[in-house]
Amino acid sequence: MEFAFTDDQLAFRDAVRDLLAKECPPAAVRTAWDNADGRSGGAWNALGEMGVLGALVPESGGGLGLTELDVVLLAEEAGRAALPEPFVEHVLVAAPLAAAEYPGLATGELSASAGDPLIPWAAAVDVLVRLDPDPVVASTDGATLAPEESVDGARRLAVLTGAPTARALTRAELSTAFWRGNLGYAAQLLGLSRHMLDLTVAYVIERKQFGVPIGSFQAIKHHLADVRIGIEFAAPLVYRAAASLTTDDPDAALHVSMAKAQAAEVAMQTTRAALQCHGAIGYSYEYDLHLWMKRAWALAGSWGDAAWHRDRVARAILDGTDQPEEQ
Amino acid sequence: MDLTWSPLEQAFRDDVRGWLAANVPAEPLPSGDTAEGFARHLEWERKLFDARWAVVSWPEEFGGRGASLWEWLIFEEEYYRAGAPQRVTQNGIFLLAPTIFEFGTAEQQARYLPKMASGEESWCQGWSEPDAGSDLAGIRSTATRDDTAGGWRLNGQKTWTTRGSFCTHLFGLFRTDPAAERHRGLTYFLVPLDAPGVTVRGFGRLDGDEGFAEVFFEDALVTDDLVLGGVDQGWSVAMATTGSERGLTLRSPGRFMATADRLVGLYRERGTGAVDGALRGRVAQAYIDAEAYRLQTLQTVTRVIAGDPPGVESSLTKVFWSELDVELHEAALGLLGHEAELEGPWMKGYEFALSGPIYAGTNEIQRNVIAERVLGLPRK
Repeated sequence: MEFAFTDDQLAFRDAVRDLLAKECPPAAVRTAWDNADGRSGGAWNALGEMGVLGALVPESGGGLGLTELDVVLLAEEAGRAALPEPFVEHVLVAAPLAAAEYPGLATGELSASAGDPLIPWAAAVDVLVRLDPDPVVASTDGATLAPEESVDGARRLAVLTGAPTARALTRAELSTAFWRGNLGYAAQLLGLSRHMLDLTVAYVIERKQFGVPIGSFQAIKHHLADVRIGIEFAAPLVYRAAASLTTDDPDAALHVSMAKAQAAEVAMQTTRAALQCHGAIGYSYEYDLHLWMKRAWALAGSWGDAAWHRDRVARAILDGTDQPEEQ
Repeated sequence: MDLTWSPLEQAFRDDVRGWLAANVPAEPLPSGDTAEGFARHLEWERKLFDARWAVVSWPEEFGGRGASLWEWLIFEEEYYRAGAPQRVTQNGIFLLAPTIFEFGTAEQQARYLPKMASGEESWCQGWSEPDAGSDLAGIRSTATRDDTAGGWRLNGQKTWTTRGSFCTHLFGLFRTDPAAERHRGLTYFLVPLDAPGVTVRGFGRLDGDEGFAEVFFEDALVTDDLVLGGVDQGWSVAMATTGSERGLTLRSPGRFMATADRLVGLYRERGTGAVDGALRGRVAQAYIDAEAYRLQTLQTVTRVIAGDPPGVESSLTKVFWSELDVELHEAALGLLGHEAELEGPWMKGYEFALSGPIYAGTNEIQRNVIAERVLGLPRK
């Protein structure tokens, strides 16, 4: 028994954290709200050079041949930075699924996104995976997309309505894609929560009212202590889910549902606490908090919200039915 | 990351499970918070001790097995899964013993630990006073030097002393330096409750059992060998026990996993058709939280074994398990519906769970500690 990441896994995380600190500062997130494609540009290319984009693609396919356990902390970092890129959709879902057909996915020469059914950055990538309805993988060449507007201005959404190159996913492909994607979203939600907590802690130490830092008030302390507790007891569920997918544990899907339910709950709790502790400044468009909040809202509801995943857990543990499968 | 148990750990689990299956009383014992029940529980503790299951993680010379932290977790899982009796010795073996291991002299260890483990001597905690609860540093009970008698004279009052009416000994904090304030000038004493000048008066808890006591000291003499960890050093000595109480040792995940399993059993037995979706969601959430607690403990134990002892993070843990326990019982009472009011294990368990957010430092104090010492928010 050892519930810890290896030194290599932690070093990989640190490298990605450093890369994103440099290539994806809050200003880059804000820029992505207003630019042509909603993406970061520089950060994505740097991740490609580091090999991250093909992390789950086998070495024979030009990737790093790594596992869910190796990348779960990277997804968390992508969340912490609110990276405006289809990180989970590409790294955990599309690249390992379709690198054989689209080899450029392993190196980052091509990029991909995925949706269930709303696909973020759909018009700005080369390959799309649609989980619902009619699960397919397709090239964006010749595809027809119905755009939708997200509350998160960087996530340029669309529904894939037709694609001449579409190939139907097998049941196994769909299942793997769905649970990996949910793991990745859960990890991103953790990272988003950690950043919002850090941002708020810094603010309440700085901000003074009644002649003292507002962080000295118990009401503020208790909001933020609750967030810290929530993160503390969501993270191990997320890491365990990554381990279970890596080892093909028969309960892996159940474990991912627990992780996603908990991570989504804590992220929503964090958005509320962070906004409340900031007060009016947090409510203003010029301040960065809303960029993280809106990403959290988007991911918390995508690919099954907390209630949906909790229901999967209920079915598994209360009804004694089979473990939850995809959809 | 390796979330599997080794063959040796599996074998340990099989041993524990086998012994418990053969020895756990078929009928539940009367509450250990009554005089009769306490005596019956001590008989059980003696049985555990004789089979060397009372204190598995202690060294063999004191009655343990030198078990690893992993094995201790396994023992706890099996113990609660088997529905074995409550541990009325817990305040000794889980709260005081770690302090004696850390601060006690060799003589104190040999004198107190084996008898504590066997239940021959039973310990209660003497910290709270009428005017010192969450604000523990407000302790007023005194210990005054008496050179003629060769020791210290205790005066004052302790209260909310769990099972104080039934125990033989008390460990407590007393003010030895009257000029010092707050955390300074306190000393940790080991006090026999039959010493002249000590009076114990039991009183009822929320559930009606005589689980509480107040303890009065009037010039009670304690000798120098009853000081644990040095005169005027009581605060830092006591904080070692507080860490244990809040964190790892007192509330192992096994207890909550067993409760979560019983909750699932109750759900299945109660006819799933009649349960509304919201209640079903609460049951599932309570189960997820119990899992989260178990996994977080595995993470903590991994770190402890790697040489990184739990510190102020134990406040996170204390808030979580105490509120988890309430959540589990509330879900069960929801499933019981109009039968929730019937005296039974769930209502009894609920009453006990409600003490969790209060004892060992209220959860409000814990949240302050988390904010100030984990997050770094200003005290003032």
